[in-house]
Amino acid sequence: MKFVKALSCATVLAGCVFSSVSAADMTVGFSQIGSESGWRAAETTVTKQEAEKRGIDLKFADAQQKQENQIKALRSFIAQGVDAIFVAPVVATGWDEVLGEAKDAEIPVILLDRTVDADKSLYMTAVTSDLVHEGNVAGKWLVDTTAGKPCNVVELQGTTGSSPAIDRKKGFEEALKGHDNLKIVRSQTGDFTRTKGKEVMESFLKAENGGKNICALYAHNDDMAVGAIQAIKEAGLKPGTDILVVSIDAVPDIFQAMAAGEANATVELTPNMAGPAFDALAAFKKDGKEPPKWIQTESKLYTQADEPQKVYEAKKGLGY
Amino acid sequence: MSMLGLYGRRLLPQFIALAIILGLVSIAFPGFFNLQIQNGRLYGSLIDILNRGAPVALLAIGMTVVIATKGIDLSVGAVMAICGAVAASAITSGYSLPATLLLTVGVGVLCGLWNGILVAILDIQPIIATLVLMVAGRGIAQMVTNGAILTFNDEGLIFIGSGSLFGLPMPIVIWITAGILVALLVRRTALGMLIEAVGVNRRASTLAGVSTPVLLIAAYVLSGLCASVAGIIAAADIRGADANNAGLWLELDAILAVVIGGTSLLGGRFSIAASLLGAMIIQSINTGILLSGFPPEFNLIIKAAIIVFILVLQSPKLQGTLAFFSRSNAATKPAESKAK
Repeated sequence: MKFVKALSCATVLAGCVFSSVSAADMTVGFSQIGSESGWRAAETTVTKQEAEKRGIDLKFADAQQKQENQIKALRSFIAQGVDAIFVAPVVATGWDEVLGEAKDAEIPVILLDRTVDADKSLYMTAVTSDLVHEGNVAGKWLVDTTAGKPCNVVELQGTTGSSPAIDRKKGFEEALKGHDNLKIVRSQTGDFTRTKGKEVMESFLKAENGGKNICALYAHNDDMAVGAIQAIKEAGLKPGTDILVVSIDAVPDIFQAMAAGEANATVELTPNMAGPAFDALAAFKKDGKEPPKWIQTESKLYTQADEPQKVYEAKKGLGY
Repeated sequence: MSMLGLYGRRLLPQFIALAIILGLVSIAFPGFFNLQIQNGRLYGSLIDILNRGAPVALLAIGMTVVIATKGIDLSVGAVMAICGAVAASAITSGYSLPATLLLTVGVGVLCGLWNGILVAILDIQPIIATLVLMVAGRGIAQMVTNGAILTFNDEGLIFIGSGSLFGLPMPIVIWITAGILVALLVRRTALGMLIEAVGVNRRASTLAGVSTPVLLIAAYVLSGLCASVAGIIAAADIRGADANNAGLWLELDAILAVVIGGTSLLGGRFSIAASLLGAMIIQSINTGILLSGFPPEFNLIIKAAIIVFILVLQSPKLQGTLAFFSRSNAATKPAESKAK
């Protein structure tokens, strides 16, 4: 009896020791695009935090928006013999050779946030969000909130032709399908910026009878929504009540607006792409379980009921 | 009176272009000319044009003077970003409003001084000299804001972007005042003529006793100063400094405004009023496109088509040809009637 107990204890202990050893021993190289946006900076911060939490040694390389820097970083990671490589690829093409080198060295590669045009066997998995799904979540929220009441929607699109703009528009329109009470009356690009968001919203308000014809605003990112909220206020209307505001990204500033009752909902594009990647990697190292080729991150919906002030405080320090 | 008439003739093509665009927009959007008082200030699409056009108008003032000296300032957009970032970080770290404004304008002057010294003292070609700051400036701005959008809540600073004075939004008051001040400065003194002299022939002006380095540096300093005010307005408007996007590509709009205003890129004669009209023409196109409800994929094409049209109308070749045809028409008419 005693022996069995001791044995099981030992196995448990061994298990503990083993798994912790395998995590702590792991060295992961991370080639980040750069820090072109607040979200990217937050992703870097969260990736470092997630690595530290798991006791993983993270080697970080900032590519400053250049693919050749990323390829150099990947080659140096391979030369150092890291246990895995994370890449947020700056462009989709031109990765076959260096990914082949990593494969020859038997180093698993995980893509973060963006994917590449290369053979799927060259990388282990890609952790990204689903842009269409994000638009869909935003649209569903509006469908549920308006509950069949007639509602004219104005849309602030992202940069014309960019994939977030195309996909977030598509997802939103899919969610609105079959709900004839919701109508997109105006749709223009705000280039993902606050200034353009404000300027375009001003013209929407003028064009739609001083804003009296508008019941909701859908912005492809929070920054445009923040700009539009100011335009709505300057037109003498109450954002959040007179005009519902729903957007995507969940950057800290939109939570401040939500806490003040000026924005209604946002869909999170999580900066935590590394967490699921580390989990998949740990599972693979433990018992060789290959993850699926695409891991979709959660597109969480935040509303005014989710204590926006608290979320703001939590997100503020991430480098957004 | 004749002076005023001369001035009117100089601005006539710009006025006609502006009138045509405003007419077109009002066809596409009937409520275009509606004005009303809201929150104690004028409110309407026309006011939006004047208000949204403020940054480009301010940049165009400085750009006109620089271009008149046969130079160009590509760095104004980046200087806007730097100054917006400086203003935001100064006000959030507890400086008073006057100190913040002084510091920001000072930084703009420094940027202009840098450009001016590169051009006037080191004799580097203006397009290259100002390209340095255009590229580096956005990096500097990002360093100041640490790459994030730096928001502020100081009512005084916000007032500059969205407050109102005499029933007009603050940015309008600022750019019109700045335009009048600079126009008076260059036209009521010999300064304007000296600037034109430098632009036409720098060597000859130097030999004639004009201190060209001082004039050139002053032109770039003015441009930096205008850019800093535009940067403050852009930041105050959105209550935050966006180092990545503030003033992005606005240097091109400012140059375009000067060109639409009829000032030659080869230097020499210039008109600040015409450049300001040029800035308003550009903004009318922008606002008109937004109001007309076209899909965004068409924005740039429509803008380009209208601008090509305006520039073709102004081209000396076309005007020469038109004059030729009207003359030959007049000459052939009697002949035709005779043949009949």
